[in-house]
Amino acid sequence: MMHEPQTLVPATETKMTARDVKVFYGEKQAIKGVSIDVDMDNVTAFIGPSGCGKSTFLRTLNRMNDTVASARVEGTITLDGEDIYAPSMDVVQLRARVGMVFQKPNPFPKSIYENIAYGPRIHGLAHGKADLDVIVEKSLRRAGLWDEVKDRLHDSGTALSGGQQQRLCIGRAIAVEPEVILMDEPCSALDPIATAKIEELIHELRGRYAIVIVTHNMQQAARVSQRTAFFHLGELVEYGVTSDIFTNPRQERTKDYITGRYG
Amino acid sequence: MAEHTIKAFDEEIDKLRGLIAEMGGRAEAAIENAMLALQRQDKSLAAEVVADDKRIDAIEAEVEKLVVQIIALRAPMANDLRDVIAALKIVSVVERIGDYAKNIAKRVPSIAANQRTLEPVSLLPSMGQVAGEMVHDALNAFAARDADLALAVIERDTVVDDFYNSVFRTLVTYMVENPKTISECAHLLFIAKNIERIGDHATNVAEMVHYAATGVTPPERERGGSAPQEV
Repeated sequence: MMHEPQTLVPATETKMTARDVKVFYGEKQAIKGVSIDVDMDNVTAFIGPSGCGKSTFLRTLNRMNDTVASARVEGTITLDGEDIYAPSMDVVQLRARVGMVFQKPNPFPKSIYENIAYGPRIHGLAHGKADLDVIVEKSLRRAGLWDEVKDRLHDSGTALSGGQQQRLCIGRAIAVEPEVILMDEPCSALDPIATAKIEELIHELRGRYAIVIVTHNMQQAARVSQRTAFFHLGELVEYGVTSDIFTNPRQERTKDYITGRYG
Repeated sequence: MAEHTIKAFDEEIDKLRGLIAEMGGRAEAAIENAMLALQRQDKSLAAEVVADDKRIDAIEAEVEKLVVQIIALRAPMANDLRDVIAALKIVSVVERIGDYAKNIAKRVPSIAANQRTLEPVSLLPSMGQVAGEMVHDALNAFAARDADLALAVIERDTVVDDFYNSVFRTLVTYMVENPKTISECAHLLFIAKNIERIGDHATNVAEMVHYAATGVTPPERERGGSAPQEV
């Protein structure tokens, strides 16, 4: 299949770039030459049907695919111009700079406080208890959770509601001062109110971190992102300004998908 | 175009298009019959046009309700969204077109009372025909998602404008020469103005159709005609 033209949107500051990225799981090619720029000031949403490669591609951005034995990545991905697949790249450090929030909230089976404090402590970002206290409060505030948990910081993180747990996970990602936050369907296990809170949080975090979100919910992509990329069968079919994608997509496949005519 | 995975969505869109086609057909017939009533000085046909306008108004209300329902329940995107928004805007314009036709029909009795044939009246049916065809084609373009046909409608508006200028000059000349004709000529002038407005509205519909079909607003064009030159 011909690789169709993509609209690369000029950004004020490009945080990550991918060029001709291909991902293979054994013999099977999951990503077929994707090039995209993720910019600092905009939330980028990846949409597409199940199996289109959007999550796989998201995971290449902080080398989460390294943990899959059969996975092989080709092409170039850079963070601030630095090749993240270069041998010199410290993967642990990379994953601190490019944080990730998953579909199902997965707090550590520890206290709320420890969930946040763990990362900064192992990354040596805090010197002493007072420092950690500051980081925990700041991270929980940025994650929009502080007021709800400040009086029970030593309760278990897993005792929180689903939406609170997900905000705790976002707070945990924020605590290590990342530059990019990847979110893989962060609201798919949440009710509409909890979803709205996460979406509002994404809006508040925008600009401070480069944010990429994978979502099955097109209305969510429309609500939270400024740039939308549509993936289909391992290809990036179209990438553009969100309002253009949802009112006037250039590609027939994008149109069929977002109008509910796919398949 | 491929069907929606959710069949009920397709049915609603089809219903919407059907209503607009009916409304367009009725507006077109209203223009035609109003002009015919004027030509033949047929008061009962004129009264029919006035009565039939109620159905046009009812369809407008029905479409508005359906569009609100589709937006609320289906969250339409891309061309679907452009279609339903265009539908909503088109019906309010077609409703106005119906009103202009009704207004023309309402003037028929006043003109018929004078039992006189005026030369300008002979120009009006042709003018009305062009405007009626514009309405017809604009709505056909919507049904067929035909941007080229929409552009052709937009182009044709100058024909109606030229007719209007010509009728305006003729009527003013009549009134200057024979003040006894002033009352009828004033009615005829309003009729010409109404047809000219119908042309403008058909143009607006065509612009919306172009946007719905392509996602792009047609290029701005010179708006002529609404203020005729000095006689």
